[in-house]
Amino acid sequence: MLVSEPATISAELQPYWERLNVGFPQVRAVFAECLTEAQALLSEEGINSYIDNARFLGKMGRGVEPILVYLEEAPTVAQHAGEHSLLMLKDFAYLLSKSTNFGAIVPFLQTVAAVSRRLHSQELLQQYLDLSRQLMEDTTSSVHGHHKTFASPALPEFFKQAPKLLEILSLQGLKNWADYGARYYNDHPERQIEYFALQSADSKAVLQRERHGTLLVDNERKLDLYMHGLWQDGDPFIPYSVAFDELRVPYFNAEGIRLPDVYDDLQLPSPTGRGAGGEGTLVISGIDRYRAALAHIAAHRRWSKPVIADNISPFQRMAVEFFEDIRVEQLAMKLYPGLRKLFMALHPIPIEDACDPDQQSAVRHRLAMVSRAMLDPACGYRNKDVCEIVARFQRIMAEGESSTLEMVDLAISFIARTRRQADLSANVYFDNTEVDYRDDNRHLWIFIEEGDEEEAFDKPEQVEQKEVFSGLPPRHYPEWDYSAQNYRPDWVSVYEGLHPSGNAADIDRLLEKHAALAKRLKKILDLLKPQDKVRIRYQEEGSELDLDVAIRSLIDYKSGAQPDPRINMSHRNDGRSIAVMVLLDLSESLNEKAAGSPQTILELSQEAVSLLGWAVEKLGDPFAIAGFHSNTRHDVRYLHIKGYSEKWDDSVKARLAAMDASFSTRMGAAMRHAAHYLEQQPTDKKLMLILTDGQPADIDSKDGELLIADARQAVKELDRQGIYSYCINLDPKADEYVADIFGRQYTIIDNIAQLPQKLPELFISLTK
Amino acid sequence: MTNLDQYKVHQQPFYQAQGDEVALYEAAYSARLPVMVKGPTGCGKSRFIEYMAWKLNKPLITVACNEDMTASDLVGRYLLDANGTRWLDGPLTTAARIGAICYLDEIVEARQDTTVVIHPLTDHRRTLPLDKKGELIAAHPDFQLVISYNPGYQSLMKDLKQSTKQRFTAFEFDYPAAEMEAGILGKEAGIELGLATQLVKIGQVARNLKGHGLDEGISTRLLVYAATLIKGGVAAKAACRMALVRPITDDADIRDTLDHAIDATFV
Repeated sequence: MLVSEPATISAELQPYWERLNVGFPQVRAVFAECLTEAQALLSEEGINSYIDNARFLGKMGRGVEPILVYLEEAPTVAQHAGEHSLLMLKDFAYLLSKSTNFGAIVPFLQTVAAVSRRLHSQELLQQYLDLSRQLMEDTTSSVHGHHKTFASPALPEFFKQAPKLLEILSLQGLKNWADYGARYYNDHPERQIEYFALQSADSKAVLQRERHGTLLVDNERKLDLYMHGLWQDGDPFIPYSVAFDELRVPYFNAEGIRLPDVYDDLQLPSPTGRGAGGEGTLVISGIDRYRAALAHIAAHRRWSKPVIADNISPFQRMAVEFFEDIRVEQLAMKLYPGLRKLFMALHPIPIEDACDPDQQSAVRHRLAMVSRAMLDPACGYRNKDVCEIVARFQRIMAEGESSTLEMVDLAISFIARTRRQADLSANVYFDNTEVDYRDDNRHLWIFIEEGDEEEAFDKPEQVEQKEVFSGLPPRHYPEWDYSAQNYRPDWVSVYEGLHPSGNAADIDRLLEKHAALAKRLKKILDLLKPQDKVRIRYQEEGSELDLDVAIRSLIDYKSGAQPDPRINMSHRNDGRSIAVMVLLDLSESLNEKAAGSPQTILELSQEAVSLLGWAVEKLGDPFAIAGFHSNTRHDVRYLHIKGYSEKWDDSVKARLAAMDASFSTRMGAAMRHAAHYLEQQPTDKKLMLILTDGQPADIDSKDGELLIADARQAVKELDRQGIYSYCINLDPKADEYVADIFGRQYTIIDNIAQLPQKLPELFISLTK
Repeated sequence: MTNLDQYKVHQQPFYQAQGDEVALYEAAYSARLPVMVKGPTGCGKSRFIEYMAWKLNKPLITVACNEDMTASDLVGRYLLDANGTRWLDGPLTTAARIGAICYLDEIVEARQDTTVVIHPLTDHRRTLPLDKKGELIAAHPDFQLVISYNPGYQSLMKDLKQSTKQRFTAFEFDYPAAEMEAGILGKEAGIELGLATQLVKIGQVARNLKGHGLDEGISTRLLVYAATLIKGGVAAKAACRMALVRPITDDADIRDTLDHAIDATFV
């Protein structure tokens, strides 16, 4: 900072300056101004504390910035969180300074004023500081043996984002969000910075989860029903983010209706003097705010016609928009009178004399008053122009629907009549003139000329980029985090693809090799085939006499009552109704030789699955096979081997023949993906067989327990979907974990050589 | 002999014609053509038939069909008696004998093997063979067969056979137009027109949601219920919730939407 001449300190401020006792010329330059502001906000005692703490920061040896920012921001903090906060700030800054995190002092002090404005109490500010301290401790790392600690990468970013975060999160939500970031990105400084700078998708997703209010995604169906039911209108809703996008209002175009992703419940001071229930506050729920926005949009879509904008000045356009908004709302309220209450609650109430039409541009204010007056006949505005236009408006609306064009005339004449010199001033009066449920009316205008600005002539040609998809786009699944007892949203990407094909004859050869086993299996299968009969009773005509009913009828008849003639019964065959999904772990470890066998585990699995496939085909149950392996959470491969609609034919066998093993085992995601196919099977029972040789693991997961817990959670989810999961484990040491995941729904096959025989048998006994 | 009078409709039922259906029905009756009325539940099908029976001064025998119903339930059966067996006519047989209008309500509910027994009565033969009894009844000259069904239910399982459908002339009913429906509510429940119009508006909201989670919109019958409740002193919003929303859906989203429609309609 360049200081041209030392600022003078007036005589009455001189004692304070001496008390501060720092030599930075930059501080001298702003001291008088800061102190004047502080004097307006603080008590005498507060001022002393303010000066003392500032002196401390100045002498801390971290340069001029801390004291400068403190002098500027601290009075505001004290105003909102009490004067004790002056000391709290200093202590916390000192704490940062003592650690390696001194770089975060300035961001901390810069945003703490905005934060305290949100929190508004000393206790909450203390909680905020505690939370920050916790984050600092969690993210400051030291490398063992280096005797050096590294500053927390997250902390400066965190402080920068804090005010914005607190706008949409509660303090608890902020804590959860910060904890999440600290836990998952602790060993990756760049990612950590991205997370805390709100740049990573993960960070936004967690934020979305923690935020309060009524989310659009949760209520889409309800709102869709609202549009269909009340307005016979419907278009896709496209959310825009209140937190990340620039401030926008709802709007609609050919693509759909844009709505904010969240509306908080709105607390309004209850309208006094209207009705009996005038005490307390009026709460407009988030869903009602959505409905109000949609009612307004639907009304536009029903009654507004676009007009040509080129000959209408910006002021006139604004007026037209206001008038058209009012007109369609009046029509909507004629249809649904109950909307008036909602609109009236959400519409701001411009205060008549709040703005000076000679000093400020008052066009918005006047229009908002007209708008309010039309909604609320009891508003009592005295402004002559406003009253006159409202009366004219009411006459027009009494005659019928009117039209957008009529509104254009009305608006232009209103603007012409009420024009003031100050209207063109840059000092626009905005308070209470923004009606946030109304859309931005972009649908109302047609522009013939695109504009005559220079740059408009050589508009760059838009090159349409076509994305080249190879295979299906990834599907994202959450993963369970046992330590947080919560899901990590969209954590795993599953890529599904067709398994490469090999030689189908190999599988036939395998089946031949097990011909003896197949013969034995066939006998069991024949017994299992659908044959169990179900009695259908109460038939007037049937194959047998149902003695119970017949006797009852006879008794009825003997006793003079009307006998039931349905005394026969018949039978019908009850089919099996089981859909099966076989999920094969194709991780690297399958390539090892099985103990006591010359074959690898992969080969044995191949034989086993071939036999199973053959057996299930014989039974005729719907049946699918898929394999999976993973290479970090970003790349879980789900390999399709047989689908439910495919027959057990050569193409399936060829895929099975080419089975190959590599990478790791991220089981939960694969199970979730397989479940979404199995779930759609219209059978009574759904069975998922998981054939694996080890515990769930992946190279990006250091905590072995994590993926086990996730798999257990996946089993629970499957259970809820009515899918019975069963694990066939080939790992002799599986006892340590498999029961944790599958409960009692597992078998460990110690002698892997027996797998080809065991697997079909197991399936048969499971489904008997 | 069967007491014919018990099947007569003695008081004039209120029926608001939506078009020329009364004249058309009279024409069909004078030629004794079988008639089918279809339309959503509670739109006035049964009321129409009742009204026509009154107007033509003919007895009306109504059978509510269900899936357990067998052919014998329509035609009749032998019962055991102290002296052996005794034949008892079913409602269809009775109607054919005495010359009544036989109205089979919700015919699709009956099993298809049951519905075919009406075939010989519905073409030029106009006879009903009672094969168990060994009797062939020639239908009384006044006999007419009327069936009703609700195409809204139409599922793969529940539909009429083409051979059944093609024996009937048909009327398609729908909920009356808004103004007329309001008039009907006014007449049936004795409420004023303004209130009736508001009720009809809520009915239409639900009808717009048909297929979006509602199988069927709010019927005129339910609207009459709501109107009756309001007339009896129940607050309008509560009456609407009770009579219009709660009966038709268990879906929370739809319930909320309809509740909101009620709030938006009644201030």
